[in-house]
Amino acid sequence: MERHTLRCALLSTALLITPFMHAQADTADKTIALSNNYAGNSWRQSMLNSWQQTTEQAVKDGVIAGADSFTTAENQATEQAAQIQNLILQGYNAIVINAASPTALNGAVKQACDAGIVVVSFDGIVTEPCAYRISMDFKQSGLDGMDYLAKRFPDGANVLEVRGLAGVSVDGMIHSGVVAGASKHPQLKVVGSVNGNWSQTAAQKAVAGILPSLPKIDAVVTQGDDGFGVAQAFTAAGRPLPVIIFGNREEELAWWKKQKDANGYQSFSISSAPSISSLSFWVAQQLLDGKQLPHDLLSPAISVTQDTLESSLKGLEKGGIVSQVYSVDDVAQLKSPAPQ
Amino acid sequence: MNAPQPMTLKKPPAANTVDRAAGGVNRARWLRNALPGISLVVLLATIFIMQPRAMSYMGMNLMLNLAVPIALATIAQMLIITVNDLDLSLGSFISFVACVAATLLNDHPLLGCLVLLGCIGVYALLGALIHSRRLPAIVVTLGMSFIWVGGAVLLLPAPGGSAPQWLQALVKIKTPVLPFAIVVCVVLAVAVHLFLMRSRFGVVLRGAGGNPLAMAKAGWSLLRIKVTLYALAGGFGVLSGLFLVGLTTSADANMALRYTLLSIAGVILGGGEFTGGRVSPIGAVLGALTLVLAGSLLSFIRISPDWQIGAQGAILILVLALRTAVNRLEVRPV
Repeated sequence: MERHTLRCALLSTALLITPFMHAQADTADKTIALSNNYAGNSWRQSMLNSWQQTTEQAVKDGVIAGADSFTTAENQATEQAAQIQNLILQGYNAIVINAASPTALNGAVKQACDAGIVVVSFDGIVTEPCAYRISMDFKQSGLDGMDYLAKRFPDGANVLEVRGLAGVSVDGMIHSGVVAGASKHPQLKVVGSVNGNWSQTAAQKAVAGILPSLPKIDAVVTQGDDGFGVAQAFTAAGRPLPVIIFGNREEELAWWKKQKDANGYQSFSISSAPSISSLSFWVAQQLLDGKQLPHDLLSPAISVTQDTLESSLKGLEKGGIVSQVYSVDDVAQLKSPAPQ
Repeated sequence: MNAPQPMTLKKPPAANTVDRAAGGVNRARWLRNALPGISLVVLLATIFIMQPRAMSYMGMNLMLNLAVPIALATIAQMLIITVNDLDLSLGSFISFVACVAATLLNDHPLLGCLVLLGCIGVYALLGALIHSRRLPAIVVTLGMSFIWVGGAVLLLPAPGGSAPQWLQALVKIKTPVLPFAIVVCVVLAVAVHLFLMRSRFGVVLRGAGGNPLAMAKAGWSLLRIKVTLYALAGGFGVLSGLFLVGLTTSADANMALRYTLLSIAGVILGGGEFTGGRVSPIGAVLGALTLVLAGSLLSFIRISPDWQIGAQGAILILVLALRTAVNRLEVRPV
């Protein structure tokens, strides 16, 4: 009789557990770590938030056993290399990296690969061949802005280009897109170029400095985190407002909305989504699950148009960036970049 | 904290108390010398408890191989601190060396070697300049730090390059029993200790920091001493940069900027002081290892990133507070 009770207990336990076991993926006992080099601006903050939200849900759903994030204190490659070595030691199955340097982490990344760890880098990518790279097609985003301007100004326009931090690869890529756009649409003339350093105040100062030497400006292409400063500079100089291509920041979109309500201002905005961290998480999870993916992947850019302005602004917190939530299904739609 | 001085100011006590006092001073001095080792052992034990996986050949290698360039940088900084100077350009110098190694040394080995030797020459010249013009070393080296970073950016405008194959192979040597990183640290500590603390010339070098006037009166050229120490520091800086780029396999003009402050912290943690030629090579290497392991420990405990930098500072302050307590023992023996 006693044995019977025990059997009953075991059977009912098994029946209770079974549905949960089915819900779990093959990666249920795996762990993923995020190694991040910097957390000091709004883009990085929303990137970390997006990681946290996605992974918390994934842990709750039993997709993965754990997904911790680690940020280095000083944005230094040597510190991040040491951090990655510690993560190897802690036995994570995959490491997702936003890297301080595209090359200086290669030694540590190789060690991780050799230890059988899946390494996925995004935004700040690493060049070590064994790692996976997810980044936006920055050149295309520069070209998209110019394409929009070509439609707005079929009869030609003077364009001012506001660039990012000199010497950083992303700035070079967006710039090459703008150059490609200028040669594709010969009516668009780039009459000046300044470095806005991806900062509203730096952009405002730089544009205010160059404005007196420029003819009438019809349009400005920016790289993000600088469009609002550009608008301020034009207002302060008493110049007519040009069409500014924005970078999805809340203050830029809010200003755009205000102008739209006041005088029907029209524009276009494009940038990479900070939720690329959650996309990278799913890529790592899929790789752990045994999926085969190419080592270089393109993440989609997010753009805001005249029609989607209100919906994008809704729910966007002050100082935030337009983002989107990625799910595991988005991984299947990722493309590799066209061979150069 | 110039410990022996208050002793001499005291009235000469009775003979037996002198003995007891001397014993106390010795014990305090022993404790002071042992402190860097003790803190390292405590840290290591905590890490092994938190993360047993670290207690293996591979684990130790992973945790400590990036400590070797820091240990070399700490020794370089210690040599400068020996003569009461401070080198604020060390981190950018090491970045520059790494960039040279990833570009020139790889493509034109001969030219690369010449540039690296030239770097040591520049350090020797700096020593001469600082001595003969009586310039504050902090200001001169701060200025040099911009020159080194500028040179590194000119060599390598965007991160990249590739460390020579022989260098990459060298830093990955698998030594039997103990990981290569530990072997290098031990050899480094013992060699510099024998040179600086045991050899006659080493005593002269330290004396120039402790009492330059006396050394000058005894007929030693302070200029030559400074030039020697700066050149040696430059040499260890070059070794640090080479080792670092061997580990990372490619370079970045900003990759080692952090080493300036790390090396100073390592010297002080290891029992060195800013004045008086009081330094300890073994302590300096242990101090560098302590700094690196403190970072690992914080990562293993999974302290939130917002608190990590503060926690790292707290560990430093804790060790320094212990040392101050020991120093007090030394001053006021029981």
